[in-house]
Parts: sequence; C-alpha cells; structure tokens
Amino acid sequence: MSTNGGGPLLEVRHVKKYFPIRQGVLQREVARVHAVDDVSFEVREGETLGLVGESGCGKSTLGRTIVRLLEPTEGEIIFRGRPIQKLGARKLRPMRREMQMVFQDPYASLNPRKRVGSIIGDPLKIHSIGTKASRKQQVEELLETVGLSPEHYNRFPHEFSGGQRQRIGIARALALRPKLIVADEPVSALDVSIQSQMLNLLDDLQTDFQLTYVFIAHDLGVVRHVSDRIAVMYLGKLVELSPAEELYQRPIMPYTEALLSAVPIPDPDLARKRTRIVLEGDVPSPINPPSGCRFHPRCRYATELCKEVEPPLADYGNGHLAACHHPLNVDAAALAAVTVAPQTPVEADESALPQDSSGESHPAGEGQSLD
Amino acid sequence: MAERLLEVKDLSVRFSTEDGVVQAVSGVSFELDRGKVLGIVGESGSGKSVTAMTIMGLTRDVNSRFGGEVVYQGRNLLEISDVEMQNYRGNEIGMIFQDPMTSLNPVYRIGEQIVEAIQAHERTDGKSARRRAVELLRQVGIPNPERRVDDFPHQFSGGMRQRAMIAMALSCNPSILIADEPTTALDVTIQAQIVELIAKLKDDFNSAVIMITHDLGVVADIADEIIVMYAGRVVERAATRDLFYDPQMPYTWGLLGSIPRLDRPRPERLHSIAGSPPSLITLPQGCTFRPRCPHAFEKCETEPALENRVETPGHLDRCWLGVDYKRAHRAESIGGETEAA
Repeated sequence: MSTNGGGPLLEVRHVKKYFPIRQGVLQREVARVHAVDDVSFEVREGETLGLVGESGCGKSTLGRTIVRLLEPTEGEIIFRGRPIQKLGARKLRPMRREMQMVFQDPYASLNPRKRVGSIIGDPLKIHSIGTKASRKQQVEELLETVGLSPEHYNRFPHEFSGGQRQRIGIARALALRPKLIVADEPVSALDVSIQSQMLNLLDDLQTDFQLTYVFIAHDLGVVRHVSDRIAVMYLGKLVELSPAEELYQRPIMPYTEALLSAVPIPDPDLARKRTRIVLEGDVPSPINPPSGCRFHPRCRYATELCKEVEPPLADYGNGHLAACHHPLNVDAAALAAVTVAPQTPVEADESALPQDSSGESHPAGEGQSLD
Repeated sequence: MAERLLEVKDLSVRFSTEDGVVQAVSGVSFELDRGKVLGIVGESGSGKSVTAMTIMGLTRDVNSRFGGEVVYQGRNLLEISDVEMQNYRGNEIGMIFQDPMTSLNPVYRIGEQIVEAIQAHERTDGKSARRRAVELLRQVGIPNPERRVDDFPHQFSGGMRQRAMIAMALSCNPSILIADEPTTALDVTIQAQIVELIAKLKDDFNSAVIMITHDLGVVADIADEIIVMYAGRVVERAATRDLFYDPQMPYTWGLLGSIPRLDRPRPERLHSIAGSPPSLITLPQGCTFRPRCPHAFEKCETEPALENRVETPGHLDRCWLGVDYKRAHRAESIGGETEAA
C-alpha cells in the first residue's frame, strides 16, 4: 500500500499528555489523567500507521496531540524535520495545511447549519487559496473525488446518510492537499457494507494524493486492511509496534493476542473452534494506572515481576517492538538477540529485558495464532 | 420439538410521512422457539429494527399501518390494546437497545431504574425489588453490585452500561429477549464479552433471543438461524451454517465480503456493495436489490418470491439466478477478490 519507503514524515518522541483534575475553590490540581504516557514512534512518508486499543487507551488523545489540537504536556512532535510542539497559533497555521483530521462521528463533526459547499470550502477560504469561483470549482471536484456529486454543493449535512457524511468529512480534510491525515475511527460508526466502501476510498485517495495516514481504530480487522505498520496502545503506553502482517502472525504482547481473539470471525465452525481470550473487566482508570506493566491486572501470564517493573520496549528484529516480560511466540534464539529499543519510555527499567533463563517465557506456538 | 414462542406471519409496517408512505417492512415471516437464537442481519434502513419494535408494540402511532400477525401465546400482539400490550412489553418480551449511552436516564441511579422496571410489572416492596436489582447486576457480571447499584449511568463504562441495560431487560424474566445492535457502540473486546453474556443468560433464563446486527461476524457463533433483510423484505433465511457455507443471495455475499477477515490472507481490496440502500418510499421495480446487484439480468425485473431453491429444506432465498451459477460465482464476492463496480 505504501508508495515509497521514504524518511519519517512525523516523529513522536516521548510524548506525554496529562489532563489535570482540579477541585475546590482554588481549583487546585488534585490528580492527573495519564492519557498518553511517554509514547514514541515515527511515521514514514506514504505509509499507514494503524493505532489500536480499547476506549480510554489514549489513542484519540494521541491523534489529537499529533495535529496539535491538544498541547503535549511533555515530549517532541517533529513534522517534516521541524519540532511543532511549541509553535504558537500563527506559526502553526501553515503547518495545519499539511496535517488534517477525519473524525469519528459523522453526525457531530459537521456543522448542521452550514452547507456542504462551505464545510468543504472553508479551509480554502481560511488559508486564502484561490478566488471564490475557483474555490467552488475545487469543492465540486473534491465532492466527485470522494464519490459524491457536485450537485450536493448546496445541501445541508442532515440530507445525507452516515456514510455520505463521512465522505464529506474526508473531502474537507483533503481540501488543503495535506501530507498527513489523522483518521480517528473513521469507519466505526458505519455499517459493514459502507465501511468497506470507505476503506477502499481511503486506499484510493492515498495513492492519488500521496497521503500518509495515522489510522486510529479499535477493530484489528479493519486496521489490518489499511495499515503497513500497527501500534498497539494500552492505558497511555505503546505496548507493541510491528509490521502489519507480522502482528497477526506472531503477536508478542499478550494484550495484542487478546485483542486479536476478540475480532469476530464470520465463519460459524471456525468461530466455535477458536478459543477466545476474554479480557476480564474494563481498562483500569488512567488516573492511577497500575504499577509495573500496566496490563498486569488483566493479563493471564502476569507474575510478580510484572507488578513491580515496567518492561522496556524490546526490539525483536524486523521493526517489531513489544513491551512485555513474558513475550509470546518468541524462540530462545530471538530472545537472546533482543535489544532495548530507542522508543522505550524513560521510566521503564532498561535492564529488565525478557530473558530466556527465567523459564517463564512462552515458546513459539503456545500462544494462540490465527493460522 | 421445542416450544414455539413467537410467530411472525407476513408482517408489514407502513408509515405515512410528509414525503409519502414509507414501506418499512413488507411480508416478513419467522418463528422463534424457546432456547433458540435468531439473527436478523441487514444494513441501516432494511427494516430490522422496525420489525423488532413492532413486536414490542413500540411503533404504534396514528401514522402507522400494520399488516399480518405477530402471534405470542396464541394472541395477535398487533390487535391487543395499548394497556394490554404493557403486560407483554418488558414482562414477556424484553428489549436491549443499541446505544447504552442514551437509553439509560442520566439523572436516575442504575438501581432505581431497574427497580422501576420490576415494580412496573410486579407488586413487590422496594427492598426486595432492590435485592433483585443487585442480584441481576451480579448475574450480568458487574463487580461489587451492592455498591454499584447506587451509581449513576455516567459512572459506568460503555460495556457496563450495556450490562445494566441487559439486567433491566431481564428483570421480569422475559421469555424473549430482543437485542437491537447490542454491541455496535462498543469496543471489540467488550463486544465479545456481551455476546457471550447474552448467550449464557439465554440458557440461565431459559428464554429465546432475537439478535439484530449489521455485522454477520457477530452472530456467526451464537445464532441458530439467520434472516437477512433488505429494503424491508426477507431476502434470505437459513440455518446459520447453511447461510455461511451456502449463501444464495448476492446481497448476503456482499455482506460477507465486506467484513475484513482475520482468518484469511489480506485481499488487495475489500469487496463492497456499490451504492446505497433504496428509498423505502419509491422502491425499485422487481427485485429490490437489482440496482446494486452485479449479477442482475432481465428476469430480475419481476420480484422473485421467497422460496426454497436448494436441497436443504428451510433455506429460503429471493433470487432468480440458478443455484449452480450462484455456487460458481459467489466466491468472487465473498472472497473479497473483486469489487462490484
């Protein structure tokens, strides 16, 4: 799907985003929501990075922080070689042309009082591109590009179905010819049949407009279809990062394994045969995240070590990183070659790489694989 | 032979609106036996929710017209009075709605809402109704139900709210549980939990379930029989295994092909059903799926009847194509290799 293997378009370095909880007359800060907690990765030009995790894992916050809809608490965001985490509104505006966002809810993300023409055309107007007439023509072209018709120019959002609205949202994001589009759950509000139309459209646009996507979703089935690489998040931490197909063949982090087993399979015999790893309970509160590995209270392989020591992001080769003391689907030789990845969070214990001698690692094949 | 709980015969529902008459449901028939799970699958606007709400008597309105019968315990639910309907609604037939965020009242505690449901149908004092509410919350897997019963909906996560909705639907021991897209608003991990919970509760309460969804994957391992709806009609109906392994209707193929599958290699492109569902005010001539069907031919200008065309009895479809032609061509759509342009 990627058109080239160019350098990083976007680099995220140790980004943290905490939301303060204030209380009392003095509005003193009493606690913090650790929404994104020391996440690092890069997105190469032309690729699609999938960002997955359950609700509350911080994936949407991270997406919004990348395009600077939110200020990062700490860390660097480097877009085309330029740090943008501290830029003021004025300096940020030209950058906005190059990074756009598609939102989840096609009902809430379009102004119901504006016509489609101005919804899509306003970005052009704000950046003073072209004349009134040329803008109209551009909007009409965009409508056609996303599979709507130019006659829809004067209609209001309520006249469209969910899938059509999402197309309007995509046209708006495309208007400024951005380099990067952050798509936050763009298909999860849609029917499966419309979902597949939308995924194909995003795929076509990527080729036609040379786009780079950060694709946020909770469904690993959808993410697999669009992504070149996939990052799995849990409670604000990056827990696994891998080339797309490899993540499905060989998940290393038990959380990824559980996410994979939750995806429904439209095949009754296979679905009945397969052992489902049901994760007990919900994601814990990000106000007081669990100690050590944040997944340990819900992990079926957890040991004392997991409660105490935060595992570093270990590099298993081929760009496959995972943070786990008891990795799955890894053999002794691979374990011996493991190194600490530079993306490891600062607080993690770099000496706590998974070791074969512990005898608690799970050899290849024991973990549930889908093939 | 299992006990027959519900029989829907030739149900049709029409709504008069400013723009014209909406033919929401046309000639839908099915039966539901105790202990069974029936899946109803279709896109938005296919009439699946209207069918469910009509069974519950929730579509009654001066502008609605009904045809056919909904027979429960020998009575036609379409003909009884609104007051009588209240004895069935919630009591005999429970319903779980799609959006757990909007279907709970945000200003009442979870427990109060369940108690209200219990007391609407039974004469019990507040204390024992509350005990029942706690017990129900425990059965649906809410941790610390004694404490959580006094929480407000906003203190619950999405998955827990859906569990609370299920507890409420089960509060009066209904024989039939209708779940209208119970997992659509939830994460995949929570979705798996809720589907499993519904299947388990069906056995615990010895009831039957109608599960409505747009995603065939969700019903694959729990449904016994599946109905595929399109434009208010049943276009295919079969036992679950037959529907997945021998689907007869091109629309069903499209639905199957649209799902990104983890159990198969990743296709270059996903199959998608071109276009969108027709307006229910001006339906297309003949087969309603014809404008979007890549296999349509002249005969499709007259609408085929829903009948058995394959060897398996009980497997019904609405398609003129020959069975051999279909078996030879459907892999193109389901495999996701091609796209219907």
